Amino acid sequence: MSAVIEENVGSLADVTSGAINIKDVVKIYDPDGAAVMAVDHCSIDIPAGEICMIVGPSGCGKTTLLNAIAGFHDITSGSIHLDGELLCGPGKPQAKPGSDRIVVFQNGALFPWKTNLDNIAFGPMMVGNQSKAEIYDKARSMMADAGLSGTENNFPGEVSSGLRRRVEIVRALMNDPKVLLFDEPYRALDSLTKSVMHEALLEIYYRNKVTIFFITHDLEEAIFLGHRLIIMSSRPCKPKKIMEVDIPHPRDYSVLTSPRFRELMNEAKDVVHEEAQKAFDAGEKEG
Amino acid sequence: MSISKFTDKLFSRATLRGIFAIGIFMVFWEVGARSEEWFGYRFPFIGLVPPPTDVFVSWSGLIADPSYWQSWYMSFLRVFGGFLAAMVVGIPLGLFMAINKSFYGMAFPSFEVLRPIPPLAWVPASIIFWPTQELSIAFVTFLGAFYTIVINVLGGAKSINKQFLQAAQSMGASQWDMFRRIVLPATLPSIVVGSAVGMGITWEVVVAAEMISGGGSSGGGAGGGLGFFIWSSYVGGSYEQIIVGMISIGIAGYISSELLRQLGGLLTPWLKTR
Repeated sequence: MSAVIEENVGSLADVTSGAINIKDVVKIYDPDGAAVMAVDHCSIDIPAGEICMIVGPSGCGKTTLLNAIAGFHDITSGSIHLDGELLCGPGKPQAKPGSDRIVVFQNGALFPWKTNLDNIAFGPMMVGNQSKAEIYDKARSMMADAGLSGTENNFPGEVSSGLRRRVEIVRALMNDPKVLLFDEPYRALDSLTKSVMHEALLEIYYRNKVTIFFITHDLEEAIFLGHRLIIMSSRPCKPKKIMEVDIPHPRDYSVLTSPRFRELMNEAKDVVHEEAQKAFDAGEKEG
Repeated sequence: MSISKFTDKLFSRATLRGIFAIGIFMVFWEVGARSEEWFGYRFPFIGLVPPPTDVFVSWSGLIADPSYWQSWYMSFLRVFGGFLAAMVVGIPLGLFMAINKSFYGMAFPSFEVLRPIPPLAWVPASIIFWPTQELSIAFVTFLGAFYTIVINVLGGAKSINKQFLQAAQSMGASQWDMFRRIVLPATLPSIVVGSAVGMGITWEVVVAAEMISGGGSSGGGAGGGLGFFIWSSYVGGSYEQIIVGMISIGIAGYISSELLRQLGGLLTPWLKTR
């Protein structure tokens, strides 16, 4: 890691855009008359450049919140602002999807018919305010930075799942987003690949600081990556506990064995277990 | 593919196995067909079939006969004419049904009522309402491929991963970009599969249509296509030529499918990597 990165890695002071304000958001699904509350008066403030980890039991409505920010879903009430600008709220139930907020999906959404390089160049090519040569030069250099040299002309199906995820993150960053929205992107990876991916993600983050809204089940992942953990209650989803992760950045895998990491893990585990139990019990009643 | 790769493939174990199997089959056929002559006992079924040697003698006599090749040409013309028309009409129809809900609601029920009608059931009707026999045969072959292509395109376009569309939308793709760069390539594998299946049905249909309609307006055995070639051989009592016609159709169908497979492979290079 270069010296430049290490100097300002701890502070978010140099990040000027990407602050998200989620205020009193409610989302009620009403598919067949039986109203189901997925998100209940949820308020979260995420400062620009923060890695904010959203942890919660399965099906608690975390993804609903992410989709509302991305603009794939509407909200029932409340508001979401990005850098003070209204994304969705009163009079505008659904945000418009845009390249300032890019989602990295759980199962990956690289286009299998495009090579890795073409995938990465896709966003800027669609926007079309740079020349093709500029876009492809930038795509190549970003791939090189992320350790993806040599896979430019491969199709996504030809590389390992870990590399695919990295290609997808680079594709997201090519759009110069203010916010990256991760929906459990590493869920399907084995734990060894995961640990490599975590370090790679942090390295990419230190180089291009953007706000990261990261949904996960994995507490170790959450504490290792995040500035903050927001532990959600079981459905309906609302923040139950907010934990600051006071382990300084840059982090590497030695952090995992530090006493502070263990303490945070234990603290988080208690809260999460309680909510998971609640979700489980609720599930039994419904069934 | 380089020349050496091609010859490697040509003389590969798989090819030799195929040739070996065909050889074994020929031996059984010859023995069975000549059973009465050789053993004084006629094997059931196969004992009535002309032996392959006679078939090849008959075939070698036909190789130089332009009317035999004319039959190939006519059948190919009808198959590819009907098939291309089915692609031109079927692919846009399937795509449009997939992306437009109200059109789907209107078109799908009538489509599903027409689909189970076998193409051959259309022969009498199409002879009545098409001005020439040629057009009525082409129409029936068109129907053979049409339904399969539409169903495959529709299914493929409907099952596109929604996240591809969401990702493209987030990255600033317009409606037209989403159609051209996401929906179309994502449906391409289904188009290829539908076409390959449709091509097979087209050959089945064209032969029967030629037999029923008497080979088309170009008249006689010469212009009638391979189906009519078989039929007229049967009527003329030349059993060897029936077999020649059958094998010819097999080869013609294989060439058509292989052509489509190669073309499909070129269009969907990312599928080779799986």
